[in-house]
Amino acid sequence: MKARGRVWIFGDDVNTDLIIPGRYLDNYDPAHLASHAMEGVRKEFASEVSKGDIVVARDNFGCGSSREQAVTALKHAGVSAVVARSFARIFYRNAINLGLPVVISQNAADLLKDTESATIDTDSLVLSSEDRQRVAKLEEIPPHVKRILDEGGLVPHIKNMLEKRVSH
Amino acid sequence: MTGKTVSEKILGRASGNTEAKTGNVVEASPDLVMSHENTFLVEKSFSEFGLEQPWDPDKVVVVLDHRTPANTAQTAAVHARIRELVKKYRIKRFFDAGEGICHQLLVEERLVRPGQLVLGADSHTTTAGAIGAFATGVGATEMAGVWATGSLWLKVPETIQVDLSGHLSKGTYAKDVALSLVRELGPSGADYRCVEYVGQLVLDMPIPSRMVLSNMAMESGAKAAIFPADAVTFGWFQGSGGQLMSPVVADKDAIYERKMRVDVSRIPPMVSGPHRVEASESVEKLSGIKVHQAFIGTCTNGRLEDLIAASEVLRGRKVSPGCRLIVAPASRRVFDDAIDRGVAQAILSAGGTILPPGCGPCLGAHGGVLGPGEVCISSSNRNFKGRMGSDEAEIYLASPATVAASAVEGKIADPRRYLR
Repeated sequence: MKARGRVWIFGDDVNTDLIIPGRYLDNYDPAHLASHAMEGVRKEFASEVSKGDIVVARDNFGCGSSREQAVTALKHAGVSAVVARSFARIFYRNAINLGLPVVISQNAADLLKDTESATIDTDSLVLSSEDRQRVAKLEEIPPHVKRILDEGGLVPHIKNMLEKRVSH
Repeated sequence: MTGKTVSEKILGRASGNTEAKTGNVVEASPDLVMSHENTFLVEKSFSEFGLEQPWDPDKVVVVLDHRTPANTAQTAAVHARIRELVKKYRIKRFFDAGEGICHQLLVEERLVRPGQLVLGADSHTTTAGAIGAFATGVGATEMAGVWATGSLWLKVPETIQVDLSGHLSKGTYAKDVALSLVRELGPSGADYRCVEYVGQLVLDMPIPSRMVLSNMAMESGAKAAIFPADAVTFGWFQGSGGQLMSPVVADKDAIYERKMRVDVSRIPPMVSGPHRVEASESVEKLSGIKVHQAFIGTCTNGRLEDLIAASEVLRGRKVSPGCRLIVAPASRRVFDDAIDRGVAQAILSAGGTILPPGCGPCLGAHGGVLGPGEVCISSSNRNFKGRMGSDEAEIYLASPATVAASAVEGKIADPRRYLR
């Protein structure tokens, strides 16, 4: 996956209540969820984020609740990937399952500057500033996870699996 | 050959690969799966597979608890849709609004058994580790995949052994131990890992208290938080009928990533917050902070023992003017028992409000939402900014006794002065 967009830099322990507060979860509409994305930690994010933008964070991104609306909110807002030093496990699985690339990088949050333009390539494993002066290395996505991501998420992955079962 | 942890044994059995070791990725079949209002999302993804019903409807549990009774017309429609689909898919283990919180019902109804692999579409599914099960949270789409295939990939986790020695001092409870463990481990100290509890404190710790620790381990990121089955566990199932699975305990030479030893007799009543669960202090350090709302309930601390602890503080006293006390029993049975024992009356006489069984205001949906500038002390598990309503509210976490004492004083207060 390759994408180009602005990077939005966040700190440690960005929890799911900050990504999408529980008070908005009555309504499952992705556009509604996206309109409140990151509201708890950065008010202007939802209105300013655009297609291709990359969320970059430090440790334990997505900790807290299992609400996969946290992924839906980011994805529908146009976020092309989340890069963090580490992810909370349920958020990580939810992102893979909904086809939002989540990639580990030890230094992306330190190297890149907030709101600058950058390109991400999850195949060659780099996130670089537009002038290519600063290049953050991304860690390889584990193969059993990448397979699901490459198929577009868990629903297409399982659909493909079920179809194969039928045709055999 | 080296010994095995509880996780290695349970995931080995559930994946048909008894050689499974820490670090291996296995395809495992759960013994029980649970979802709540997010069953709506589970079914949305599941319906794309064109399958008639989940792989094994008898292993599926659905509970309405997060927004019950419905807080909005939208929620009411979601509830109605779920009532239809449990019929359509022949899901018999359906608990409608008012029965209680999913994690409470799994244990209380003896649905979870020792040695099982349990998946729940809720992060606090770790609570069922109190019964000696490997119980972990997943998202809604993941649950849809499990409904379709009856399995999912799981990495066999590293295990942290937590050895709890000593006895609780006056005015301290499992919650205080849980808060002090999160303080020690940090918000991600157990991420991707299983926690196994052992030690002197655990020996005679009742299941409801064990649930507090298994529940709060999630706040350090734990994938599972297990009390290996013992005499207390078997006592829990006595007379409940049904087959107990073979209990799973760790081998003596099992390999742990880390062993932690905590002398619980040194732990004082703890208060955590605001905004970060690991930011906890002895109640003395935070005493005097004004609170507008005191909340007792949730999957962490809404059980009978919790309401009893609160009533011991409240009996013969009144909630401070300017503070509201809100109590939500974790289940209908808890509420019933609280009425039978006069505990509910003690709460009402003190000026408290009792909500229907369910998650209550914990997630900011209804029944005690916080406004800007308000401070709440809560027996729940998360004090994240904005969780219970306004981003400008503050949430502190504590044991039910500390919450009750704070309600009486209208400010964060030490429960020990109210206990004999």
